[in-house]
Amino acid sequence: MAFSLYSLIQAALLCVNAVAVLHEDRFLNKIGWGVDQGVGGFGDDPGIKTQMMNLVRSVRTVMRVPLIGVNSVCIVLLLLFG
Amino acid sequence: MDASDASQLFEDTSGARHGSQAGYKPQTGDHGFPGFSDPMSNLAMAYGSSLATQGKELMDKNLDRFIPISKLKYYFAVDTVYVGKKLGLLVFPYMHENWEVNYQQDIPVAPRFDVNAPDLYIPTMGFITYILVAGLALGTQNKFSPELLGVQASSAFVWLVMEVLAVLLSLYLVTVNTDLTTIDLLAFAGYKYVGMIVGVVLGLLFGRLVYYLSLLWCCAAIFVFMIRTLRLKLLSESAAEGRLVRGTRNQLRMYLTMAIAAAQPVFMYWLTFHLVR
Repeated sequence: MAFSLYSLIQAALLCVNAVAVLHEDRFLNKIGWGVDQGVGGFGDDPGIKTQMMNLVRSVRTVMRVPLIGVNSVCIVLLLLFG
Repeated sequence: MDASDASQLFEDTSGARHGSQAGYKPQTGDHGFPGFSDPMSNLAMAYGSSLATQGKELMDKNLDRFIPISKLKYYFAVDTVYVGKKLGLLVFPYMHENWEVNYQQDIPVAPRFDVNAPDLYIPTMGFITYILVAGLALGTQNKFSPELLGVQASSAFVWLVMEVLAVLLSLYLVTVNTDLTTIDLLAFAGYKYVGMIVGVVLGLLFGRLVYYLSLLWCCAAIFVFMIRTLRLKLLSESAAEGRLVRGTRNQLRMYLTMAIAAAQPVFMYWLTFHLVR
C-alpha cells in the first residue's frame, strides 16, 4: 500500500480523462444523461442525478484544453522516467 | 490593521522588536552599542530594512493568493487548555452536552475560546506523531528503514486527501447548504490520528489484545464525536434537535453524516493494523 503523491496525481488524471471522453450524442443522450434532458427541476431540490449531470458537463467543458497539456506532460515523464 | 486582528487571535509576545532591529548592524568593535554615530552605516541599515520589509510584503501578497494564510492563522489560534479539552473530547465524548460553535458577528470564535471549534493544530501534530509512532512500531518488527518513514507519510497523506475529496464530492451531490469549508473538513478528517496513536502506543506497550480493545474504544469515540459535530452542520435545524423529520432530503443528509462518521473507524483500522503484529 505504498502510495506516493505522484500516484495520486496519476489516478486523478486518469479519472478526469475518463469523464472527458464521454461523448454527448453517442452515449450520454442514450442513457438519459444528456445536457438537454436535465433542465427539469427549477425548485430548490436538484437531486443527485441532475448534480451528477451538471458535474460531468462542467468537467468536460472546463478540462478539455488543459487536459491536453497535462496528458502530454505525463506521457513525457513516463517515457523518460518509467 | 494586520497587527490588530492578529492580536485577537494570538497574544503579542514580540516585546523585543525594536531592540533586535538595532542590533543587526555588523559592527567590528562594539557589540552591544546601538551604533548611531556613523551616518553611512545608519543609512545603509535603514535602506536595508526597508528593502527587507518591501520584499516580505510582496512575498506575503503573492503567497496569499494561493494559500489563504490569514484564514489558516485562525485554525492555529489554540492554547494548552483548548488542546487538553479537545483531546479529552476526542477520547471520551459522551459527557459533553453543548456541541454548538459560538459565533461572534458572523465569524466563528477562535478555537482558544470555544472547545467546539475545529482547529488544525491537533491534526497536524497528530499526523507527525503518527508517522513517528509508525516508524517506532516498524522498528520493533525489524522492518525499519528511513525511506519507510517517507512512504508511510505519503500514504497517510494520500488517504487523507482522498477522504477529503470524497466528502467534498458527496456534499456537492447532496446539495447541502453548509458553512463547512475545505479546511474544516481537513481538520475533522485529521482528528482520527489521535485515536490511532493511542491504539498503536498501547498496543506496543501491552500486546495485541490491548491494541484491539483500545482501537475499538477510540473508534466508537470518534464515531460519536463526528456524528455529534456533523449533525449540527449538515442537517437542517429541526432534524439536528433529534426529532424525526421525514423526507428524502433529510434522509440523504442523515445517511451522509453516518457514512462520513463510519469511514473514520475503517481508516483508523486500515492505517494501523500493519503496525502491531
